Amino acid sequence: MKRIGLVALVFTLAVAFVAVMAGAMLELGPVAIDLRTPVAQQLVNSGVTHPVTAVLLNYRGYDTLLEIAVLLLALLAILAVVGDAPAAPPRAAHPVLQTLARLAVPLMVVVAVYLLWAGAFRPGGAFQAAAVLAAAAVLLHLVGLLPGWRRPPLRLRVGMAAGFALFLVVAAGLLTQGALLQYPPAWAGVLILLIESGLTVSLALILAGLFLFLAREEGT
Amino acid sequence: MTLAFDFLLALSLLWSAGRTLTTPRLDRAIVLFMVFGLLMSLAWARLAAPDIGLAVAAIGAGLTGALLLDAYGVLRRKRGAP
Repeated sequence: MKRIGLVALVFTLAVAFVAVMAGAMLELGPVAIDLRTPVAQQLVNSGVTHPVTAVLLNYRGYDTLLEIAVLLLALLAILAVVGDAPAAPPRAAHPVLQTLARLAVPLMVVVAVYLLWAGAFRPGGAFQAAAVLAAAAVLLHLVGLLPGWRRPPLRLRVGMAAGFALFLVVAAGLLTQGALLQYPPAWAGVLILLIESGLTVSLALILAGLFLFLAREEGT
Repeated sequence: MTLAFDFLLALSLLWSAGRTLTTPRLDRAIVLFMVFGLLMSLAWARLAAPDIGLAVAAIGAGLTGALLLDAYGVLRRKRGAP
């Protein structure tokens, strides 16, 4: 009986909370700053035709710059924590699963390249492309075709840092324009594609690394 | 027609969220979490924000789900059989 009363109390509180939140949403005034018009007006100068990509890589490029820095930092923290334990040997999955993964991975690579290219004019972009690539690596690991990563060799380190470094180099090169990451309109499209390609490779390695560096022997 | 679809989507979102939190078995909770993520990306697409939908599907449902499943596997092997 007491339990039912408690459940009723929690339920009532939850409903009251939802009602208050819904009321607060309805009370919201009109937006003070409407950024949609300036975003649409400046789109011709941004080098891309998709507003979301324009915001992410042109108008607010430094947000994306810091985002990749944070992800790189997270990976470095993982590398510091897991130390030097040997990577777990891959456990081979059923041959059917392995064949399926072998068939799926090339398709996923194609999809990732498409997403990267499509980011300029429709939904897509570096982050989604990188997630698909990383998922392909995780899939290969789960069916036992790709062993877990141990200490990152030099090539891997360079690949992981390349996106951030490329972004920084572009930002440093453009400092003469006056503001941070202010692209000249004629070059904006090429520079954004260059940065996005670097970001895709690095983000894919970082996201896959979050998974593959943690695949260690048990009990370590 | 679209209204019915949206209503069903909202309902299934709430249902999968509730099931994810209340199911006693960890493996089912993880699978339900991935189902929730996929439904959520559909909801973003219906809200005319396909960019967020793509990101949610790829990272929220895909990578996070894989990481959770991997963690579940490690937990199960440490405990012995479940």
